[in-house]
Amino acid sequence: MVQLRSVTKSFSGSTPAVLDVTFHLKKGEFAFLTGASGAGKTTILKLVHMLHRPSSGEVRVSRYSSSRIKRRDLPDLRRRVGYIFQDFRLLENLTAEENIAFALQVTGTPGTKIGPRVQKLLNQVGLAARAGAFPRELSGGEQQRVAVARALANEPLVLLADEPTGNLDERATAGVFGLFQRINASGTSVLMATHDAELIRQHRNVRVIELEQGRLVFDSAAEIVA
Amino acid sequence: MRPLREAVSGVRRAPALTVLSVMAIGLSVFSIGLFALTAHNIDLALSDVEGRVEVVAYLRDDASEELIEIARHEIESYPEVESARYISKVEALFEASRELTEFSDIYSDLEVNPLPASLEISLRPDFRTPGDVGAVADRVSSYHFVEEARYGREWVDRVYSLRRVAGGGAAILGLSFAIGAALLIGIAVRMSVLARTREIAIMQTVGATDSYIRRPFLIEGLLTGLAGGLLALALTFGTHQAVERTLVSLAWLPDLWTLAGLAFAGILGMLAAGRAVRRELRRLDVY
Repeated sequence: MVQLRSVTKSFSGSTPAVLDVTFHLKKGEFAFLTGASGAGKTTILKLVHMLHRPSSGEVRVSRYSSSRIKRRDLPDLRRRVGYIFQDFRLLENLTAEENIAFALQVTGTPGTKIGPRVQKLLNQVGLAARAGAFPRELSGGEQQRVAVARALANEPLVLLADEPTGNLDERATAGVFGLFQRINASGTSVLMATHDAELIRQHRNVRVIELEQGRLVFDSAAEIVA
Repeated sequence: MRPLREAVSGVRRAPALTVLSVMAIGLSVFSIGLFALTAHNIDLALSDVEGRVEVVAYLRDDASEELIEIARHEIESYPEVESARYISKVEALFEASRELTEFSDIYSDLEVNPLPASLEISLRPDFRTPGDVGAVADRVSSYHFVEEARYGREWVDRVYSLRRVAGGGAAILGLSFAIGAALLIGIAVRMSVLARTREIAIMQTVGATDSYIRRPFLIEGLLTGLAGGLLALALTFGTHQAVERTLVSLAWLPDLWTLAGLAFAGILGMLAAGRAVRRELRRLDVY
């Protein structure tokens, strides 16, 4: 589903943010991408989302390769890969349901299908009662749920989450993580960047990919220790 | 309908910015409008002067009226010639005494009419250049009964020099104003795009196509351009009215010019918006 082969990413003149990283996230798999701040977690997610181009190596997502993908193919790739940010990135002037509908409108979903789909997503993330609330009226956990619903709107095959619980308290973290597990149980692969050691410790059955200064230093699936 | 709705909501989201853009476009196109008004009136004045360019062939006294009539028909068939009017000796004297009233006594005392008959040849608008006028004068001079063909060579040359200068000035200034307007529109639209970078980034994240993202901005650019064009039209008209009331009588611009001005402002707004949003999309996305 998602494959990184000897991927290095450098930004003009600085030390590489990601160095020679190789791993494979299979269909329906759940993995934590962990490491300290600046270890390269966000860069890896952006490489998978093809917001960054690798300096060397190759990223493959479904049938798309970073070395061959054309600009016109990006929208299709991005519909297959949902992305969730730590700071939610909701549009402040739209309500929760409008933020979710926005993702459907801009990808050309017919108007008649948008309403029922948004309703289903709101139910899925447990926010049906808060549909008409604006982001500023929602708690951090609720805002992240809206962001998750938006990321799921186009039924992605993979969900990338960049520190999705970083701004949440313990209870909200448990709620959002439970949501990810349910999404994963329905067949969507999840790659979740986090430096929350406690969360990782609580879920020992989840694969852990650990980065340190851009290098992959541990992958529980391969049981590789660098 | 959806891109139009989004364009309108984009305008609503940042009304101050939109007003600023409309004003920038309006003032730029207004400067073009003022120039067009000046150029149009110079052109009208030149056309009026130019309409008086004619060749006068003075005829020998022994020329028969029959031959003259045949020649007149021939001359009228030249592609350059609009009309050729025969002025007999008697008519020449009558017109001279009417136009030069201070000499009317002298004319009435004459025993012999000294004025020659003539053919007054006016030329078609496209053939009033010094070259064409000279060529017609030369051809007319070849008739044996034509004493002399005159057309005021220097005067014709001067009219044409003036028109060339006016035309060249119009082209250079008009182009400068248009470039200035395009730059201002580009900046204004880019500000509008930058104000919505977050929205664009979210659209890209969820998989919207470039053309989908661009469309509302293009419509917004078109609407802003048209609004700027209308503002420029109102300012130009106001200036026209003020000059008419206080200084000198001026002709208003032809309808086609005002429509072309509006279309120009709209298209300029759309192109500038398209360029700005394309650059922004490329900046946000590496592929």
